[in-house]
Amino acid sequence: MPLLTPFETEALLLSLKVAAAAVACSLPFAVAVAWLLARKEFPGKSVLNVLVHLPLVVPPVVIGYLLLVTLGRKGIVGAWLDETFGIVIAFTWIAAAVASGVMAFPLMVRAIRLSIEAVDARLESVARTLGASHARVLLTITLPLTLPGIVAGIALGFARCLGEFGATITFASNIPGVSRTLPLALYTALNMPGGEANALRLVVLSIVLAFLALGISELMARRVTKMVTGV
Amino acid sequence: MAGAIDIDIGLRRGGFSLSAALSAGAGITVLTGPSGSGKSTLAGAVAGLVRPERGHIAVNGETLFDAGRRIDVPAARRRIGYVLQDSLLFPHLSVRRNLTYSNRKADLALEQVTGILGIGHLLERKPASLSGGERQRVAIGRALLSGPSLLIMDEPLASLDAARRAELMPFIESLRDTLALPVLYITHNWPEIIRLADTVVLMEQGEVRAAGPLQAILAAGDEGLRHLVPDGSVIEATPTAGDVDGLCRFETPAGPMFLPRASSPGGKVRLFIDAHDVAIALEPPRGVSVQNVLGGTIDSLTILDDSHLDLRLALAGEQAIRARITRHAGAQLGLREGMAVFALIKSVSFDRRLQFRNLD
Repeated sequence: MPLLTPFETEALLLSLKVAAAAVACSLPFAVAVAWLLARKEFPGKSVLNVLVHLPLVVPPVVIGYLLLVTLGRKGIVGAWLDETFGIVIAFTWIAAAVASGVMAFPLMVRAIRLSIEAVDARLESVARTLGASHARVLLTITLPLTLPGIVAGIALGFARCLGEFGATITFASNIPGVSRTLPLALYTALNMPGGEANALRLVVLSIVLAFLALGISELMARRVTKMVTGV
Repeated sequence: MAGAIDIDIGLRRGGFSLSAALSAGAGITVLTGPSGSGKSTLAGAVAGLVRPERGHIAVNGETLFDAGRRIDVPAARRRIGYVLQDSLLFPHLSVRRNLTYSNRKADLALEQVTGILGIGHLLERKPASLSGGERQRVAIGRALLSGPSLLIMDEPLASLDAARRAELMPFIESLRDTLALPVLYITHNWPEIIRLADTVVLMEQGEVRAAGPLQAILAAGDEGLRHLVPDGSVIEATPTAGDVDGLCRFETPAGPMFLPRASSPGGKVRLFIDAHDVAIALEPPRGVSVQNVLGGTIDSLTILDDSHLDLRLALAGEQAIRARITRHAGAQLGLREGMAVFALIKSVSFDRRLQFRNLD
């Protein structure tokens, strides 16, 4: 007998796919926003800050609803995407990834921003006096020294994506194989008569997955820190 | 001819305002003054890291900043080496990659710089494993390898102990003497200033209070500057060969002095003479233990407070010396400006380690 039922395997693989895509696509933006917030002064900075943190403070269902009205088929952006490119996001696995990515975004930005702020700005100044362009300073000094924070941001973001429920069910619904990730599968099992045993198996699976993800990120963080500081 | 450094800038930041003008020639120009006097801000403006609101900055005749002509050369193109108290080595790069970080062409090769600074054996190490003195030498080397036309050193020795400081000072002297690199040097530490400075710039509250050769600055004894400089004076002297009872004869423009030897014969040294170690006599004294007697004329006599006087004596060879005596003694001797007197200096009052410097 296989370890996991097809129902569980499907949810697990979908969860991993959704989380990986969400983190991979939002990471460059998270780094850029974190750098702006950490290093630059500009009008509207506090507005950007609030916007970025919104998913952290409003109920996930609100975010899901907002995504639906903007990216949904009838939404402002969604309608345009549909008409111009024939792309429909709502109620697909991409919608689940978008919902997870938006929910994970503030956590990633926070981790990376703290790490950029911890880089002594004078190191960047010294690099400038040595003749390095702004781009070279960013690529050879700021980003390498921020790597531990970026790894932490990826780990936090990934974990947040695996656990995403409210925004996903609102924006991507609960479609088996499309948007039924582990938490949604667990919710489905709990709503079925006699589904407690299945639910318990999914709970154990979620916990094991969480442990694995955290363990791997911890190992990576140690590696990267050693690489960066030499101690 | 334009000097190595020509600055006249103003800027305001919050409650702080800087308005400084100075020009200095080659050699080591020391900026000193209390914390918050604007030294580091001035250095940052020269390096291109702080933008002044008005004025101009030129180094070796090249205009780096001119508010009127809208010139503001970016830091990356200024060719200003910048060394700070915290060496600020890039922690994720080896010593070698720190040293070769700059893409600019330098006159010096990596081997020459590591040779001068004695850091050749550290190349493959990471900064975290270096001692404070080693880190600072690497930071200096990194700046030199960026081909600078001016080196700014902002308290480069402040985080090191006295022994490490003494160890690093010859390296800094060699920048001036063998590489002919002008240096803008920031410090509070007077032994460093006495040893290194060619020009001293006294700053306070964002303004330049005085600038000039070290001896002139110390001898000035100006009312408004007294709290910014140590009470004392500097005389340049040449040690001669052959010690007598452990004392060496130093030839100075003001006459011979006998002091404990601190350096090999030949090269010139600077002697710092604390005003408190100088006594005054009306005649060449007999029957006293003091070894050094220099004749001179009272140039100025200033009442410091209820009980103390500050005297400045003009000595032979255009040297000057300051003496701190009591008003009571001054009255007893009938001291007044223009009087010929003798300065008595105890040989044991000299700090051998720090207050000498090779000038050759």
